[in-house]
Amino acid sequence: MTPRRRLAGVGSFALASALLLSACGGGSGDDTGETSAEGDSSGIVTVSSGEPQNPLTPGMTNEVYGGLVVKNIYEGLVSYDAEGAVHNEVAESIESDDNKTWTITIKDGWEFSDGTPVTASSFVDSWKYIANIENAQNQQYFFNGFKGYDPEKPSDIAVEVVDDHTFTAELSVPSSDFELWLGYSAFYPMPEAFFEDPEAFADEPIGNGPYEIESWEHDQQISLRPSDSYAGERTPANGGIDMIAYTEEDAAYNDLLSDNLDIITNVPASAFGTFEDDLGDRAVNQPAAVIQVVNVPEWVEEFQGEAGVKRRKAISMAIDRPTITETIYQGARTPAHDFTSPVIDGYSEDIPGSEILEYNADEAKKLWDEAQSESPIADDYTLLIASNADSDHQTWVDAVCNNIRQVLEIGCEFDPYTTFDEFLDARDNQEIKGIFRGGWQADWPSMSNFLGPIYGTGAGSNDMKYSSKAFDAKLDEAAAAESPEDATALYKEAQEILFQDVPGIPLWYQNATAGYSQAVENVQFGWDSDPILYQVTKSE
Amino acid sequence: MPDNYDDPRGGLATPRPGQEHFVAEVDEGGLGAVDAVKSDSAPSSFWRDAWREMRGRWLFWVSAAIILLVVLVAAFPGWFTSLDPRLDCELTESLGGPEPGHPFGFDKQGCDIYTRTIYGARASVLVGIMSTTMVVLVGAVMGSIAGYYGKWFDTILSRVTDIFFAIPLVLAAIVIMSVTPNRTAFIVALVLALFGWPQIARITRGTVMSVKNNEFVTAARSLGMSRGRILRRHVLPNASAPIIVYATVALGQFIVAEASLSFLGIGLPPSVVSWGGDINQYQQAIRTAPEIILYPAGGLALTVLGFMMMGDVVRDALDPKARKR
Amino acid sequence: MLSYLGRRILQLIPVFLGATLLLYAMVFLRPGDPIAALGGERGLPEATQEAIRAEYNLDKPFIVQYLLFLRGVVTLDFGVDFRGREITEVIANAFPVTMQLALMALVIEAVFGIGFGLIAGLRKGKFFDGTVMVLSLTLIAVPTFVLGFIMQIVVGVNLGWLPVTVGNNPDFVSLLMPAIVLAGTSFAYVLRLTRTSVAENSTADYVRTARARGLGRYQVTTRHVLRNSLIPVVTFIGADLGALMSGSIITEGIFNIHGVGGTLYDAITRGESVTVVAMTTVLVVVYIAANLLVDLLYAALDPRIRYA
Repeated sequence: MTPRRRLAGVGSFALASALLLSACGGGSGDDTGETSAEGDSSGIVTVSSGEPQNPLTPGMTNEVYGGLVVKNIYEGLVSYDAEGAVHNEVAESIESDDNKTWTITIKDGWEFSDGTPVTASSFVDSWKYIANIENAQNQQYFFNGFKGYDPEKPSDIAVEVVDDHTFTAELSVPSSDFELWLGYSAFYPMPEAFFEDPEAFADEPIGNGPYEIESWEHDQQISLRPSDSYAGERTPANGGIDMIAYTEEDAAYNDLLSDNLDIITNVPASAFGTFEDDLGDRAVNQPAAVIQVVNVPEWVEEFQGEAGVKRRKAISMAIDRPTITETIYQGARTPAHDFTSPVIDGYSEDIPGSEILEYNADEAKKLWDEAQSESPIADDYTLLIASNADSDHQTWVDAVCNNIRQVLEIGCEFDPYTTFDEFLDARDNQEIKGIFRGGWQADWPSMSNFLGPIYGTGAGSNDMKYSSKAFDAKLDEAAAAESPEDATALYKEAQEILFQDVPGIPLWYQNATAGYSQAVENVQFGWDSDPILYQVTKSE
Repeated sequence: MPDNYDDPRGGLATPRPGQEHFVAEVDEGGLGAVDAVKSDSAPSSFWRDAWREMRGRWLFWVSAAIILLVVLVAAFPGWFTSLDPRLDCELTESLGGPEPGHPFGFDKQGCDIYTRTIYGARASVLVGIMSTTMVVLVGAVMGSIAGYYGKWFDTILSRVTDIFFAIPLVLAAIVIMSVTPNRTAFIVALVLALFGWPQIARITRGTVMSVKNNEFVTAARSLGMSRGRILRRHVLPNASAPIIVYATVALGQFIVAEASLSFLGIGLPPSVVSWGGDINQYQQAIRTAPEIILYPAGGLALTVLGFMMMGDVVRDALDPKARKR
Repeated sequence: MLSYLGRRILQLIPVFLGATLLLYAMVFLRPGDPIAALGGERGLPEATQEAIRAEYNLDKPFIVQYLLFLRGVVTLDFGVDFRGREITEVIANAFPVTMQLALMALVIEAVFGIGFGLIAGLRKGKFFDGTVMVLSLTLIAVPTFVLGFIMQIVVGVNLGWLPVTVGNNPDFVSLLMPAIVLAGTSFAYVLRLTRTSVAENSTADYVRTARARGLGRYQVTTRHVLRNSLIPVVTFIGADLGALMSGSIITEGIFNIHGVGGTLYDAITRGESVTVVAMTTVLVVVYIAANLLVDLLYAALDPRIRYA
């Protein structure tokens, strides 16, 4: 059985409409409100996808398949561009004096596809609804920066309507990058129809985005058609999108090869070595905002204390990242140099301490031996690398283990868990006895999103239970920084702390690997690895 | 006397009208043993005759040689290669072609494929043989009792079979493996067997239902032979052909199924090298190096071939009618 | 005969109860916590998880959950799964295409398996026998994935003779290639079973009698040899229908068929207990129906077998 594509690989996904620097130029997002050449606007573009795992609402959708639909049928206050900077969509302005209390005004003339207007309460009601645990929304986590949020009992976050076009939001701590959050799907507006009957709404979602759902054949396909009521910048240049459900990437890839499909969003592992030859300049292979790490749990004794840190560094330096990304992934991964991603503003390859990400067999062995003399563990020690089982993970774990066995002269084995939830269970109950797989896909393009939610004390995805007062303080300082440059410098300092403590060992960045057929043009993939569908044209 | 209608020694069964001629022809070979009194000593010479029959056929020796080779490889992999299947791997050799000392080339992890194929035999053959044995034992017993005794035996056993038919292997394996701390080849074989026996039970039942109506069974019964004895001595040997055939094909299937379980993290531990595991792993290289999958698959095919031919020979030996004259 | 049928149908009830109880227990004992996984790597707050568990009755004792499931069977309403979709609809979507695929595969394995097996059995030890031996060995040793993949690339992508995937137009032409792939392994069984039975029966006394009576070769073969050889083969094929339906997950994946195998596998890994048990219950019925049909066929193949 070949692996099934699951959200299990990465944390979550992020929403953006972005243009890309790479690939074959084309439709920029500023042809406001007008469709370009009529002949190009009628073709229906087919895209590989899968059956959404949740209702298609901003509060529930938290995986890639549903995500691609949601980001095309809704529009947020802002959208992202190629650099990850924000562009106002529904928002007229987003302002604050103290980075804590924000005032948002919205533009006139926006409508949902059912004809009702997009008002301040479309946002406020939706946000309050998602944030309140009573409503059991998958995306409530994203409101934990708001004042009044409570993960344990029903709560009312501090978001208030001022008038039809104005509302305010109060955060619990100052956050200078608040604007960056707002392009994420959890912050999209929902119409009144949702609050009247959420279940009926889930079957036929109503959004304010460039497309609306024309039909949804479960497990088969979702057909999106341009929405007449759309008032933003992402005006469709095609006649619609058909998202075809695939259970295996190989099937989608073979369909692409035979021109039965226009765009695949993921190249199967079996084709990593061949897809750039198969597709030529129709192949996409670019870094994305996804990082793969192995996390080191604090509850495992051999990784505690001074000797523990040496062992962590020794393991990191024993891994030959460039060779693994070249042979196992055949270039579909990029060796990691920090804790974020190359597509994020402020990315740097020379943060002090990052040399532990370079392969250095002698130094690795030396550090391991030092740790052994300080605080010995059994000579026949076997390092376990835990993950949910599927062949994708077994392959890289085998390669990493080969490195570790040869360099550190210890045992190393894959510790597989059958299902994703079994893995989560073992992880959350601290039953994992070795190091374990971790991955993070940015929700919005900012360094803070790669650091706080994972390494902050008590943070939602701090699965290794890492805690550093110095690191937490640095993050708070960065969040409240006056300018983005100041913030970036502080985030780098925060990463220096991580390179000293090594709560996680960065491995590589996951590239967006994709491709498209000869029938379509202007295909670009965003920093979030998703295709920018509205600008695709189909020659027919 | 009718006791031996189907006896290889060619007992002088009372033929039905019109059949005399053929009985005589069939039984020419075994006449020498007629002098033995039909007593409890009969089974041993039944097998002795079967053995005499088998060893006279070249197919027997070929299949025995193949099985011996596979067993030797499984038991003493170190005799056939000096490398380690998991430790002597260099990523820089990834998917490298054959070269001196590495006749099959290298896999994606840079491990020597020849060595892995040699070491993969043990787990695969163990799982295959153990689960096949268990399936045949359980399935044949359940099926023959249901088919032979009929009535409520049949009702109960067949309905239990129906229930087991329904359980998805993956689900059962997840549950059983999660409560098993040590995932040995035996446990994996047990799980495979637990959900593999219904099919063979159905086949045995059907064949037994047909065979039990044969004349020699009626004859044996009329002579006052006990039902259990008739089942063992007459019905089962005559119903053995489909069981043997099914078992030999299933052997290969179980080896592949083990890999599917391991692939899902519910089979053998990842540290165990097996043909099935390598077949799964090498699938990923199907677009770049499709030929490497042939080596573990070849090992599997050779094993199944050995047992399949052996099954044929054994079946022929058990069936006096098919004997060479 | 009718009373036999009636009894068999009555026996459905204990089988149904036994199978569902066993299945439900297994899903219940399945490790992991499906609700915790709903939030992805982010997880969900404990309070939210509790609320969702209550919504799906997962906080109730095992036996209550099982009784609720039985109520679902009676009312044909199993509620919604964790994705918010009607479970009856999920099941109704998955079965038609799988049924079609399984029946096509069944016909292929039966026609070719019995046909080749018959010839091989009659010419035991000859060239044709050896050839099909190699063919069946290949089908056993080469995994479905590889066979399917190679066929898809060669016949679908390179030659363009058949559709590459099935997707949302499951018709005869697009299902042909998957059906051949799916039939592969079972074909090997049918072929070997037929060959051996035919080889055995062709030396049987009644065949010689028939020949001696002057019956033609064709008549002897079809009326006597084949008919008497078919019992194990028919048994296998009957029980195989259910296996083809539930076990086609790999074939479904390769050819992008949204059928029972994949849906069931997904439901198992997601811990959707009701979906798993409800779907498998349908499979139980298929198994029982097919097996019953086979049992009735026995009487036709071998008149000495009688049901009272």
